This record gives sequence, structure tokens and C-alpha cells, in this order.
Amino acid sequence: MKIPKTLKEMPLTPLSLPTIGSMGKTGTWRTFRPIIDYSKCTKCTLCWIYCPDAAITRRDDDSPEIDYEYCKGCGICANECPVKAIAMKREEE
Amino acid sequence: MVTIKDLPKEEYLLKGHAACAGCGPSIALRLLFKALGNKVIMVVPACCTTVIQGPYPLTCFAVPLQNMLFEATGATASGIVAALRIKGLEDITVVGWAGDGGTVDIGIQALSGAAERGTNFIYICYDNEAYGNTGLQRSGATPYGAWTTTTPKGKKERKKDMPFIMAAHRIPYVATACPSYPIDLINKLRKAREIKGTKYIHILTPCPTGWRYDTSKTIEIGRLAVQTGVWALYEIENGRFKLNPPSDRLVDKTKRKPVKEYLSMQERFRHLTDADIEKIQKWVDEDWEFYRTLTTLERCI
Repeated sequence: MKIPKTLKEMPLTPLSLPTIGSMGKTGTWRTFRPIIDYSKCTKCTLCWIYCPDAAITRRDDDSPEIDYEYCKGCGICANECPVKAIAMKREEE
Repeated sequence: MVTIKDLPKEEYLLKGHAACAGCGPSIALRLLFKALGNKVIMVVPACCTTVIQGPYPLTCFAVPLQNMLFEATGATASGIVAALRIKGLEDITVVGWAGDGGTVDIGIQALSGAAERGTNFIYICYDNEAYGNTGLQRSGATPYGAWTTTTPKGKKERKKDMPFIMAAHRIPYVATACPSYPIDLINKLRKAREIKGTKYIHILTPCPTGWRYDTSKTIEIGRLAVQTGVWALYEIENGRFKLNPPSDRLVDKTKRKPVKEYLSMQERFRHLTDADIEKIQKWVDEDWEFYRTLTTLERCI
């Protein structure tokens, strides 16, 4: 949406509109990067339900896909994965 | 029975929001939308969620949301429910979503009023046990011994038992939950939506920034809180108290893990002495004796 620049462009009531990335590309906050080993994944979808950032999407076959533009790298998915299919790697590596 | 795979794929908490990495409340928010869909109107007072929403004119919430003053969540929800009734839009669920400071300290009068009027809405307190977004000051929900910026040597008072304060209003439904047990939380939210009247759900949401633990441990700490018995999952339906799984198996003390396991994972409890930990363990055991008595009663309050 267009961000108002002058007072005249401001709406009568302040209203925020839903936007993906309202805080920008939050993936830049990340220190550790989660990497999924799809050969180990059992498609239990636990990483998807526990992701605080909704950065993991569920594909049609229930396998997870991480959106690195918005993943903050908290590591909950790697910690909760029952088969340890997600590894956390330092960003520079 | 609902399983995780039955939950909808739609997201109404859009990615790229302003919550800290590993935020417990945002997991609870996602589960809220998984349970109720987008036919909701949210009322949010000053709390971490106001920050999570993002800066004007952008927001990460894809549902209608009214921001309100700290103390007025209950009153605002009552107004919105009345407006919806007059407009004939009664299939919309009004959800009050407030932090522990906005519920147990500042918002308690408006909430108590709304509960007494029987306003038809769900009030959710997500409890990270301190005033999170203002820099971690103690609240009425901070537990004994916890470090906050205003209790540098640990809090000296015990946590307020808010679910029982709400049960004393004789509202039809009171429940506690934790995002570490997502299906339990979703079942409780869906059950609450079908009941008419004021419904109160208290969710323990671990907070890595405030509780001082690694961001990846949010779910693990929530699970430990339940397994050690510090946090019990129960519901009070029309006055009848019932423990929910897995808490219903923990009434026997030998089944519960020692509270030390939960406390030692968080730096906010680092300064506790063995005597303090013993004191907390004793209180937890006393609470469970109380719960054991309550399960036998027809009306617990």
C-alpha cells in the first residue's frame, strides 16, 4: 500500500492494512539458518505448527518449506523436530 | 479428534512481523487463528501484540483488530458485541487478547465488569509473566523468585491465580493452556466459541527475551512447565473443575518432574537458593493437593 507523505494524504481514521513483511525482511535478523534434510523428514508438520513467524509453509504433500526471507532463525523447528531432520548452520558458512 | 494435519493452511498472522525470534505469544496467536479462522474481531490493549502488529500504516494481522487503552479491553469488547448484535452479525466471535499486565493488573476492572454483564466474547490472557514490551517490569503474574528489571533480587510475592478469580465470576467457561500442547489449546478455543457468555482462557507463553533462555527452547520450556506441574492444564466448565491431558496424569507427585528442571533452564531464576527451590516445590505440591480435591467436587467455586 501507499504510505502517506503529507497531512492531506492521511486518512480520517488511522487504519493499518495487512501486509506480508510489515517489519521488513525479518530474515536479516537471523544468525543461524535452519536447513531441512528432506530424506529424514517424516512430514509430521510439527515444525509448521510451532513456527512463531509463520515462515514455514506446508506443501500439498505436507512437507515443510522454509521462507528464508522472513525466518528469524529462532531454532524452535530444529529443537522440536522428532527425527532431527533440521540442522542450524551459521549464516556465513 | 483434531490432529495437526487437519488444521487449515491459511495464515492470518502474516510473516515478517515484529515479534522477537522464538516468541511464545506469536505461536499462541497463530494457533488462535488456526482454531477460529478469520471470522473474529480482536481487541488488543497495550501489550507485546501491539508491537508485533508492526508500525503504522502496516500490520501483520489479516483480521479486524481494534487497539485499545491498557485498562479497557473488556469494555471495548462489550461495545463491539453490542454493535454486532444490533447489526445482526452474530456469527462473528469477539476475542479480547491481552497480556498478563493488561489482565491481572491494569485491565482487571473492565474484564470483571464484562464478565459480570455476561458479554458474549472470549477473553484470552497470554501470560509471559512480566510487562514484556516496556522492558520487563514485574507484573501481578510474575512468579515468586523471578528476576525482572524492577525485582533485581527476585520477586518476593507469589503469582496471582487469575483463572480462579475469573471462575469466581461464575462465567460458563474458564481454561488454562500452553502453546506447547497445540491441540489442547485449539480444542479449548473451539469449545469456547460454541458457548454463550464470557469465556476466559489463560495461556502460558514462554518468552525468551524476558525469561532469559535460548530462543529455540520456547516449546520445550512450556512443556516442562506442564510436566513439572508449575502450570496445570485444566478447564472449569459451569463451575466443574477438570484436569486435561497430560496434566490429569500428574496428580500423583511421583509422576511430576521436579520443579528444579524447569527453573534451572531459565536465567531469571539463576540466583535462587536450594531453600527457594524447595519452597516453590512445596507450593506446587500444595496446589496439586488442592486440584485433587477440586476434581471430586460438583462445583469448585
